[in-house]
Amino acid sequence: MSVLSVKDLHVSVETEQGTKQILKGVDLEIKQGETHAIMGPNGSGKSTLAYTIAGHPKYHVESGSITLDGAEVLDMSIDERARAGLFLAMQYPVEIPGVKVADFLRTAKTALAGEAPALRPWIKEVNGAMKALRMDKTFSDRNVNEGFSGGEKKRNEILQLELLKPRFAILDETDSGLDVDALKIVSEGVNRAQESTGLGLLLITHYTRILRYITPDFVHVFVDGRVAEEGGPELADRLENEGYDRFLTDTSVA
Amino acid sequence: MTVVTPEQHGLKAHSDGGWDASEKGFVPVQTRSARPRSFEHTDFAPVNGLEAEWKLTPVKLIKPLLDDALDGAPYAIDTDAPEGISVEWVARDDARIASAGAPEERASANAWTNFEQALAITITGEEHSTVRISRSELGNTARAGHIVITARAHSNGTVLVESSGSALLSENVEVVVEEGATLNFVSVQDWADDAIHLASHFVQVGRSATLKHTIVSLGGKVVRVNPSVHLSGEGADGELYGLYFADAGQHLEQRVYLHHEAAQTRGRVNYKGALQGAGARTVWVGDVLIGPHAAGTDSYEQNRNLVLTEGTRADSIPNLEIETGDIQGAGHASATGRFDDEQLFYLQARGISEAEARRLVVIGFLSEIVQKVGDEQLEARLHTAIEAELEGTIS
Ligand SMILES: Nc1ncnc2c1ncn2[C@@H]1O[C@H](COP(=O)(O)OP(=O)(O)OP(=O)(O)O)[C@@H](O)[C@H]1O
Ligand SMILES: [Mg+2]
Repeated sequence: MSVLSVKDLHVSVETEQGTKQILKGVDLEIKQGETHAIMGPNGSGKSTLAYTIAGHPKYHVESGSITLDGAEVLDMSIDERARAGLFLAMQYPVEIPGVKVADFLRTAKTALAGEAPALRPWIKEVNGAMKALRMDKTFSDRNVNEGFSGGEKKRNEILQLELLKPRFAILDETDSGLDVDALKIVSEGVNRAQESTGLGLLLITHYTRILRYITPDFVHVFVDGRVAEEGGPELADRLENEGYDRFLTDTSVA
Repeated sequence: MTVVTPEQHGLKAHSDGGWDASEKGFVPVQTRSARPRSFEHTDFAPVNGLEAEWKLTPVKLIKPLLDDALDGAPYAIDTDAPEGISVEWVARDDARIASAGAPEERASANAWTNFEQALAITITGEEHSTVRISRSELGNTARAGHIVITARAHSNGTVLVESSGSALLSENVEVVVEEGATLNFVSVQDWADDAIHLASHFVQVGRSATLKHTIVSLGGKVVRVNPSVHLSGEGADGELYGLYFADAGQHLEQRVYLHHEAAQTRGRVNYKGALQGAGARTVWVGDVLIGPHAAGTDSYEQNRNLVLTEGTRADSIPNLEIETGDIQGAGHASATGRFDDEQLFYLQARGISEAEARRLVVIGFLSEIVQKVGDEQLEARLHTAIEAELEGTIS
């Protein structure tokens, strides 16, 4: 069974005012097929954790480790991490001018599989996945994320999740900016991916509404760069009712 | 239609300046339309490299074209003129010559003084047709060239001029798009590494006529192509595109002048460049002038440069002059930057290697212009050429 394990992770960024500590000892373990939700106030370091796992160069790991089935992820380049089976659905997917969605998907699939997918079945698979996410066919011919609405960008992230079939996926606020119908469609896409591949999920969210469609096995409360409390799905409801007040000490910035 | 004659748009300098202005201590010419013009080489003073016109150009490398007598004889071309388009060499006194403009600098005037025959391309057909002209055997003789493209009223055509091989060439290209005509003109400079090419394009776009003008500069040691486009007829439409890719030791320059002369004209300028390797150098100057009679003008110009390695230099200088209050819109943008790290991260996070991600980003960046070329065959060739340029540093 695959395991993604984060141990005592400390991460900083360089700012104009100097080095800023963001993650201050994060511990987390996700097993294949499990769904973990991370909730926490703005600025507590949730995206930092997501980007650090994916290997964004802006974040400096000061200490700790991230392992995938025992292999040190921190020693891998960004693309090696993806090829090892990690996927990050980004909070703010970037536009890539002049690169068509269809070409991008095929290039990514080829890179991950080590060989180009057979054309016909691949096109069929892409079209099927787009249809299931209610994405118009014309998206294939558009440049990646260029001029996409916020919700369309999120669907495009989940389209990639379904087609690229990672072992572990981090969804960074994929639910933010989705209308009620889109939330359901996107959640179904995530559930399909989990059923078909036994995906391990780390779901970063501010809202319990997505957790009605994607049931978490564990909920982690993230405050000031570390996990402050862990529990089952009921913890999410409690957070929604009570907010984060009881976790905020005077050392953390609200 | 009324083609503007050289007399009408002024052979002589305006009273606020002239080619002798600095000697007399006058304020230098300010307005773009008031630059001195002449067909005579000797009317322009020798170039010392400090002039605004030349200070960004490696003048030492172009000396023969500035100062020496040039060989103005016809050269070998390869073409396949379809019905509706004629291609021929014509004498200096041909009526089509001097119908679009006059030199504003010494190398251009030197070419004008020395050319013996002009390559005349005339489009008469109203059904769209395409003519391809290639030249590859100019050699290292210092040459004067002259091309005159005439799109007759209501004609519709594409003219592709592709240059390769060695060259030491100064040339003038005149383009007249008559009333209601549609012309797509693409000039591809894919010269050999030692080539030196200076070109001035003088373009008049008439009433309700449409011009798409694209400059692609990939190969050559020094390539300087300066299009001056006058939207001289009411309702004229001009789209000016450019694509350049400078490698180590290359100097690619383009000084674009778009003049909204008549009312209700629309202009778009979009130039994109990439630079890689030590000494790769590009210059883009974009002057847009919205004249006093250009009510209802809609204009936008932009230049973007993507810097791929250290040791390159890109100059990007947009200028906008507006002489009427009654315009629809006018704007400009200019940006020169390195790879967008976020774009690279996004692609790499999907398993794509760094080298491949860079390749995708560069090709994506430039393909906006390639897609404008409007000729599938040439677009495919340009994609291949850009891939080949990229082989250089990204592997
Ligand atoms: N480059 C940077 N310069 C300065 N501060 C930074 C930088 N990058 C991140 N930070 C800070 O790190 C902290 C954590 O940011 P992060 O994006 O991880 O928060 P988050 O938990 O995802 O918040 P949100 O819920 O708003 O998405 C924030 O205070 C943020 O301002
Ligand atoms: Mg965040």
